[in-house]
Amino acid sequence: MINAAVVFDKVSKSYPMYHHITGGIKNLIFHLPQGIRSIKRTRYEVFHELSFEIKKGETFGIIGRNGVGKSTILGLIAGVLRQSQGTIVVNGRISPLLELGAGFHPDLSGRENIILNGVLMGLTREEIFKRVNDIIMFSGLDQFIDQPVRVYSSGMLTRLGFSVVAHLEPEILLIDEILAVGDIDFQKKCLERMAEFKKNNVTIIFVSHSMLNVERICDRVMWMESCTQKMIGSTNIVVKAYKEHE
Amino acid sequence: MDSKLKRKLQYYFDLILVLTQKELKVRYKNSVLGYLWSVAHPLAFALVFFIAFKVVVKIQIEDYALFLIAGLFPWQWFANSVNASPMILLGNASIIKKVGFPRYFIILTQVIQDMIHFLLAIPVIILFLFLYHKTPYLSWLYGIPVLLTAQFFIIYGICLIVASTNLFFRDLERLTILSTMLLFYFTPVFFDEAMIPRQYQNFLYLNPLSLLIVNWRMLFLSGKINALYLLGSYSYAGFIFLIGYMVYRKLSWKFAEVL
Ligand SMILES: Nc1ncnc2c1ncn2[C@@H]1O[C@H](COP(=O)(O)OP(=O)(O)O)[C@@H](O)[C@H]1O
Ligand SMILES: [Mg+2]
Repeated sequence: MINAAVVFDKVSKSYPMYHHITGGIKNLIFHLPQGIRSIKRTRYEVFHELSFEIKKGETFGIIGRNGVGKSTILGLIAGVLRQSQGTIVVNGRISPLLELGAGFHPDLSGRENIILNGVLMGLTREEIFKRVNDIIMFSGLDQFIDQPVRVYSSGMLTRLGFSVVAHLEPEILLIDEILAVGDIDFQKKCLERMAEFKKNNVTIIFVSHSMLNVERICDRVMWMESCTQKMIGSTNIVVKAYKEHE
Repeated sequence: MDSKLKRKLQYYFDLILVLTQKELKVRYKNSVLGYLWSVAHPLAFALVFFIAFKVVVKIQIEDYALFLIAGLFPWQWFANSVNASPMILLGNASIIKKVGFPRYFIILTQVIQDMIHFLLAIPVIILFLFLYHKTPYLSWLYGIPVLLTAQFFIIYGICLIVASTNLFFRDLERLTILSTMLLFYFTPVFFDEAMIPRQYQNFLYLNPLSLLIVNWRMLFLSGKINALYLLGSYSYAGFIFLIGYMVYRKLSWKFAEVL
């Protein structure tokens, strides 16, 4: 337990179907009985009693088809979502979720978003200022850094997102399918950086559809199927089985 | 241990500062403009009420312009925060969905920001005092913090409730704007509480804002505070904040799911 970065113990996660959101409060009041029943009854279970452990310093891949709950697992680890049942233990400072269209405010400039992400991650402004130049340099976006990120392409957002996270010294790095949009050059840079993280004993949790990248960096892989895990083990075995299955 | 605490306080300060800067940037494009708006808006209202009630209706209140702004500025803080609260979490969806920080900081920031605007508007009240040949009172030194604290918790509590529940219904914005507008006419901002007919006077105490506004105006115009009203305000503050906190506690973990 002590050298585990993340432990899932019989974790279940279900989402309610929020029909009432689109209807608004007016609708709920006019259709009160049905409304309450529909909130209570219709839940969609993404997975049931999922258990696994990720060791400190490990690079752990999660693979599987769309909608099996890979992003949900990362959200639970990041503390953005909450499980319906079971226990989750996380040891270490977590990076923001790195996904397509990363966690930036569209109206702020790249530079302002760097600072915002930094404080949200738990750093003081002083600690962030020390790193801002490195982040901008790594992203290769210095020409655009003072423009609102609303005008960035998705590739540029990914660059900025990865650069921020890479320099804020996370202990657990969560990466959700981001390499898919970056250009080859930047993908290479990211993978190099991740190799560096691995050396420094940072735990990396990596969701990807690129088996090539998964094979290149992951130590172990979990293959998710609807409602549960299909397989968990060393990368080459799981990826091989996954490829044969697809 | 001491340096750890210091870093923690520094961190919370930075977090609120960065969130406030962001909000000002997003809403007004720059912070000076934001401040000017927060002063111009109540002054414009004061002008309208002055024309309507002093010039046209000939209301019997002395120093009516001063009377108006002494109530309008604290009201403005309340109305601005509460009216902004339905959209505040939606406007920050992108960060709420990615980072697991305490979400109440976003709501807190909104309230603090409008509070600072209110404090920065006090010089305007002083200016009006001088225009009416009066001077600020020494009792403000404790009076302002005391009223500020009560009002802060009332507003923060309401904002927690409205912001949290709006994520699940999404149509609270119109309802909120309508409610604050109606409440305005039931709050002695542009009229004196003594003008309310005796048999309705008790309704004054049902409105948490009335007690505060009456005290703010007394403090600004005569340097005094009604202790009984103050007690009432603090009871409301404790009660409303408690409810707000419980609603937030119950709903906050779902924010990222429904955004
Ligand atoms: N906020 C949400 N509310 C309701 N259902 C959701 C929400 N987020 C995801 N889901 C559902 O949960 C399932 C798993 O989603 P996700 O974790 O994004 O899968 P993946 O990342 O593996 O593609 C999907 O069926 C999706 O529709
Ligand atoms: Mg996903």
